[in-house]
Amino acid sequence: MGIPGDKLIKMYRKMILIRNFEDRVHRLFLSGEMPGTIHLYQGQEAVAVGVCANLRKEDVITSTHRPHGHAIAKGVPVKSIMAELFAKTTGCCKGKGGSMHMGDIEVGMVPAIAIVGGGIPVATGMALAFKMKRLDRVAVSFFGDGASNEGAFHEAINMGSIWDLPLIYVCENNLYGASTHVSKVMKLKDIAERASSYGIPGIVVDGNDVISVYKAAKEAIERARKGEGPTLIECKTYRRGGHSRSDPGQYRDKKEEGIWLAKDPISRMHKNLIKMGILTEEKGKGIENEVKARIDEAIEFAQKSPSPKPEDVFKDVFA
Amino acid sequence: MRRLTVAEALREAIREEMRRDSTVFCIGEDIGIKGGWGGAFTVSLGLSEEFGHLRILDTPISELGIAGVAVGAALMGMRPIADVEYGDFIFLAMDQLINNAAKLRYMSAGKLKVPMVMRIPVGASGRGAQHAQSVESYFIHVPGLKVVCPSNAYDAKGLLKTAIRDDNPVMFFEHKLLYGAKGRRENVDARAEVPQEEYLIPFGVADIKRRGSHVTIIATLRMVYTVVSAAEKLKDEGISVEIIDPRTLIPLDKDTILKSVRKTNHAVIVHEDNLTGGWGAEMAAFISSEAFDYLDAPLKRVCAPDTPVPFAPVMENYWVPGEADVIRAVREVMGG
Ligand SMILES: Cc1ncc(C[n+]2csc(CCOP(=O)(O)OP(=O)(O)O)c2C)c(N)n1
Ligand SMILES: [Mg+2]
Repeated sequence: MGIPGDKLIKMYRKMILIRNFEDRVHRLFLSGEMPGTIHLYQGQEAVAVGVCANLRKEDVITSTHRPHGHAIAKGVPVKSIMAELFAKTTGCCKGKGGSMHMGDIEVGMVPAIAIVGGGIPVATGMALAFKMKRLDRVAVSFFGDGASNEGAFHEAINMGSIWDLPLIYVCENNLYGASTHVSKVMKLKDIAERASSYGIPGIVVDGNDVISVYKAAKEAIERARKGEGPTLIECKTYRRGGHSRSDPGQYRDKKEEGIWLAKDPISRMHKNLIKMGILTEEKGKGIENEVKARIDEAIEFAQKSPSPKPEDVFKDVFA
Repeated sequence: MRRLTVAEALREAIREEMRRDSTVFCIGEDIGIKGGWGGAFTVSLGLSEEFGHLRILDTPISELGIAGVAVGAALMGMRPIADVEYGDFIFLAMDQLINNAAKLRYMSAGKLKVPMVMRIPVGASGRGAQHAQSVESYFIHVPGLKVVCPSNAYDAKGLLKTAIRDDNPVMFFEHKLLYGAKGRRENVDARAEVPQEEYLIPFGVADIKRRGSHVTIIATLRMVYTVVSAAEKLKDEGISVEIIDPRTLIPLDKDTILKSVRKTNHAVIVHEDNLTGGWGAEMAAFISSEAFDYLDAPLKRVCAPDTPVPFAPVMENYWVPGEADVIRAVREVMGG
């Protein structure tokens, strides 16, 4: 297996952090304390964490309308994510972005792009820049099953392929694009099959198993760094909640929901780590408490932070 | 009489037209899914039960495809009602709309027609820069497209029915805060009395929302409500405001606008889109060239600043033109 124990614990902690963060944000949102709209990441934590655990700070990612998990996994400080959600000046986009545009280039995350598929060519372009400048950096594009039906996906992957760019395309197939089941909008069983149209490897992984995701991403990123071109990794996963804020998800089949909720990535990792003797129940509790304290702190920080001034709208239109 | 929300009125228009004409169908994302939402703003809720999933056609997330497929179907005698979930996504469909929908009649020297409707929700609503734009102005620039923007349920229904029957591509703009769907505090009440009997509202006929004698204000969509409340306050200052909602920007009811400006001798134009290159600029040019001698003062535009739409509510509220901005502009035009 070969992944050191402390690395595994680190990934586990990140997943717990994302889960607790999203749970709290959901409650804050429903209670009306948080403005805007949100798309939450519970259930998909293993994808962001397993991929980003292979990245260096100078590597870059693009994200989607569902970006909190990617932001946490790539290392955007939790306080600045929370403050952004509260629309405060201390947020990573100073209140200009909000939930759907979370990100901070200081740690390698472009503000999330909420136009479905819109980040895929952008990540490809970043990888092109790395190649042209001969930099040892890679780009990763996170996107959903739904995004793989946009022209942007197909055009970008073909370009990434023909120029052997240092990047990976990570498709989080959570079976739904908004309310639409993936089987209604594509005849393929696996989105990874689409890679063959562009002559790059397409890999299917269990997106609810952080170790599988980690390993697949590691291999793909090594290929990318060696100049062998991009890989499409399809992570099969499921969102635990609705598509956005108060969606009850009535379009989902109850049986399907039951099956997937039982495959929860966090309880699976928990069990695995205990079995491996790397984690104890007590240590697990400790991690949970520590993470909760961090989130409390972030909320307090966000609530106490100043709101932007109305006239700040004029800042940063041009460079 | 019944009061309907804009969403209900649009749904009723679609239902009536689909019953009347079997070539009418809806195509878009998440519009007919069982247990779903009936599109992003509930407009097509329940329609797939009556018309089935071929005529309420759910698509992949493929806006270019949706627009282009609608063009093709329209060429072959269907009457598609296509939609995008948010106006900002229409940019993915621009090529099909501008190069094909708008031009095929001209390029074929009148042999072809493209009877399609593109429904496009616009307006800032607390969702950040990529779910907020008002994109009407991009389309008034394109010869061959009609541009419709209803501000209330009555207009929404009558204009959508006309749009569906029109033999040209019609860009149909709906403001997110006017749908009247439940649950959002910021919603503006755009409900209106909608008769049971069938009616259509012709394109190119403005609605005079309020008669007045001192200043003409031209506004559409959500801004109509901002202007109405500003006019109430201005009345207390002794300023009598005439409010014109053009309802369709292409074709434009030039007569009504000119008649009003020639009477009041003052004009203010209000739109939610940012200033530069907005439809207000075209309106201003039109009024200045056709009624220059009647204007007692330079006309004014009240529009959003030339920036993307910010997320933070304090910034967004500042960004969207408000009652105070309208009042200030009117006072300035009136020389106050
Ligand atoms: C171009 C574009 N079309 C439509 C939407 C509306 N929309 C937002 S999220 C979403 C579903 C996206 O599905 P998927 O890519 O699978 O991501 P998931 O929500 O499952 O994470 C849709 C249709 C959008 N934001 N951008
Ligand atoms: Mg999905």
